[in-house]
Amino acid sequence: MKKGNAYLLMSRRELLTRSLVIGGSLVIGAGFVSAPDAAWAMEAQHLKPKTLATLIQLARDIYPHDQIGDEFYVNAIKGYDSKDHVEAIEAGIEDLNKKAGGDYLGLGWEDQRVAVLRQVEDTAFFQMIRGGLVTGLYNQKPVWAIFGYEGESFSKGGYINRGFNDINWL
Amino acid sequence: MGAPFDLNDDSVVVIIGTGAGGGVLANELAQKGISVVALEAGGRYLPEDYTNDEWDSFGQLAWTEPRSTSGDWRVAKDFSGLPAWIVKAVGGTTVHWAGASLRIQEHEFKALTTYGEVEGANLLDWPITLAELEPYYEKAEKKLGVTRTNGIPGLPGSNNYKVFEAGAKKLGYKHVHTGRMAINSQDYDDRTACQQTGFCFQGCKWGAKWSSAYTDIPRGEATGNLEVRDHCHVAKIEHDKTGKITGVVYFDKDGKSWRQKARVVCVAGNSIESPRMLLNSSSNLFPDGLANSSGMVGKNYMRHMTGSVYAVFDKPVKMWRGTTMAGIISDESRFDASRGFVGGYEMETLSLGLPFMAAFLDPGGWGRNFTSALDGYENMAGMWLVGEDMPQEDNRITLNTDLKDKWGLPVANVNFSDHPNDIAMRNHAYKQGQAIYDAAGATRTFPTPPYPSTHNLGTNRMSEKPRDGVVNKWGRSHDIKNLYVSDGSQFTTGASENPTLTIISLAIRQADHIAEELGKGNL
Ligand SMILES: Cc1cc2nc3c(=O)[nH]c(=O)nc-3n(C[C@H](O)[C@H](O)[C@H](O)COP(=O)(O)OP(=O)(O)OC[C@H]3O[C@@H](n4cnc5c(N)ncnc54)[C@H](O)[C@@H]3O)c2cc1C
Ligand code: SF4
Repeated sequence: MKKGNAYLLMSRRELLTRSLVIGGSLVIGAGFVSAPDAAWAMEAQHLKPKTLATLIQLARDIYPHDQIGDEFYVNAIKGYDSKDHVEAIEAGIEDLNKKAGGDYLGLGWEDQRVAVLRQVEDTAFFQMIRGGLVTGLYNQKPVWAIFGYEGESFSKGGYINRGFNDINWL
Repeated sequence: MGAPFDLNDDSVVVIIGTGAGGGVLANELAQKGISVVALEAGGRYLPEDYTNDEWDSFGQLAWTEPRSTSGDWRVAKDFSGLPAWIVKAVGGTTVHWAGASLRIQEHEFKALTTYGEVEGANLLDWPITLAELEPYYEKAEKKLGVTRTNGIPGLPGSNNYKVFEAGAKKLGYKHVHTGRMAINSQDYDDRTACQQTGFCFQGCKWGAKWSSAYTDIPRGEATGNLEVRDHCHVAKIEHDKTGKITGVVYFDKDGKSWRQKARVVCVAGNSIESPRMLLNSSSNLFPDGLANSSGMVGKNYMRHMTGSVYAVFDKPVKMWRGTTMAGIISDESRFDASRGFVGGYEMETLSLGLPFMAAFLDPGGWGRNFTSALDGYENMAGMWLVGEDMPQEDNRITLNTDLKDKWGLPVANVNFSDHPNDIAMRNHAYKQGQAIYDAAGATRTFPTPPYPSTHNLGTNRMSEKPRDGVVNKWGRSHDIKNLYVSDGSQFTTGASENPTLTIISLAIRQADHIAEELGKGNL
């Protein structure tokens, strides 16, 4: 991790020794959020851990791709765990929870959560998160590979000899 | 490299902008021995600098200075600060362009005569005919090495093209091929053949695609008659008390301002910046801006009727492999009002990488409806729809005095609303585009809304009569005889073809005209 990065990954062991609270498909502990299998975890620096977990779920509900792991959604939203954003994010998530009848993360079905999002989709908060995800999520190179997109090709000599016209099912 | 000209040298022709129009005009004049200073707001980037990465390339090359939008077009909602996708660099938007190089058809030069009056539209015939422009189209096609002209073979069809062709043929379309492209299908003019890298929009790293950045501009400089000053943003065009243009004021990289004297000034900053410059140059003598006695500067902004159709199939297409736009169906590019609209449209293959697809497939879209479409990215094919839109006076560039650029100059506001004819044409084109992919076996199709404008036209239009437009058939201002417009803003109407071959043909022709007028002592 780069120096100055506020998102400290914890060791799996450290993680497992802390008390865990289950919330949706994410694990929220004292000061951190992690995957249920402890494959990754992120320490909340400014946001409440529960807010961070809700934000990750929100990101997935906006652009749900079942084949994409949480860590990519985490990458896309982690910039909001900062001094500059904390107020807007806490307020936005609070509003979301209110519209969800108290706990957005507690709504078990995606459809239930999406119904809440339909009520807020024109808000500046929702649009900020959605707009940021367009590049934050889809401009991660490891994500490209999941969609089959091959990215840069000049260094490999283009596709002239690598299948630009290899379609065989027409 | 061209010899530097003195700021007080008032014998030079000053060209503002070095894209399709300005870059070609600069070289053509330099080849004739005429001294030219070309001022370009952007920096210099060559094939080795271009990058195979959509957002990085956008950051490197695109014009991202502030602009604003209004009107009911969807771009104003989806991309309110980015009405147009234009390059700010030596070579202008020819660094980004895809290379589709088509001639405007005879009847399209006579839009008013052919279509008749259309309510709410400001149609006009061009003051030139196809026959007058033909010799220059020939020169332009040779310069660019356009495929399927001059015996140059077409490009090979990519996967994306093959899907498009299969559907088109099933629907009975006849005029289907890999396009007339300013992309080398074989080595030509010291440039290599296309390697099918698939990043035509990001600047061709092989130089297989024509761009003025690495052809006309260095060749003009090699004559010693052309000096290109990059990172020089023109703020104002100046005149004397008789109204004759005397020079321009510009800001350099460090924000210092300079005054370059000139014998002739040619404005080629693209259809948004060119009228902005003319309007920002207002004076006591010309309170409404330069060359604007008709009131037409900035009006009749056209951007082509556009849209895209993407489709997902049950098997891979990998459309990102290979040329971005080498495929065309021209059957709908004709005048046939029985379709419910005048003017025609072209369908052209188009591919976007995953990052741009996420941004442009359905701007603002979210949820599973959107993401399940992207999940099919590997199995996706795509086409772009481009047709003639109606010139309307209210579709216009104005100065936004509430929003200033870093030099304190009011920025351009782009106001645009679709004409009912544009909407009828787009709906027809969506239907046909979706039918093509359905015929090829698509499992799902997407009628995708327009992107920020790539074709920007008409805001200093050519007209026979001074009251109808800004410039005459040579691109020369009706009002001020040593002021020319040399870019796409001269277009009287948009026609259905991608505009750049015409912009370049007009620039070659204008160079002949300026040389002749200089020779006769008229300038
Ligand atoms: C992604 C993309 C794909 C395209 N594909 C095609 C295609 O396949 N076929 C086709 O025909 N067309 C295509 N086009 C359109 C084509 O690129 C433009 O029509 C063409 O480049 C316009 O030429 P121009 O001379 O009017 O302006 P530009 O080429 O845009 O040049 C204008 C130049 O002026 C400079 N400038 C502006 N203001 C100032 C100022 N105040 N001072 C100094 N310099 C200034 C700009 O920085 C710029 O370099 C495409 C465009 C894009 C964006
Ligand atoms: S596909 Fe061809 S023209 Fe396009 S960038 Fe690659 S080499 Fe250049």
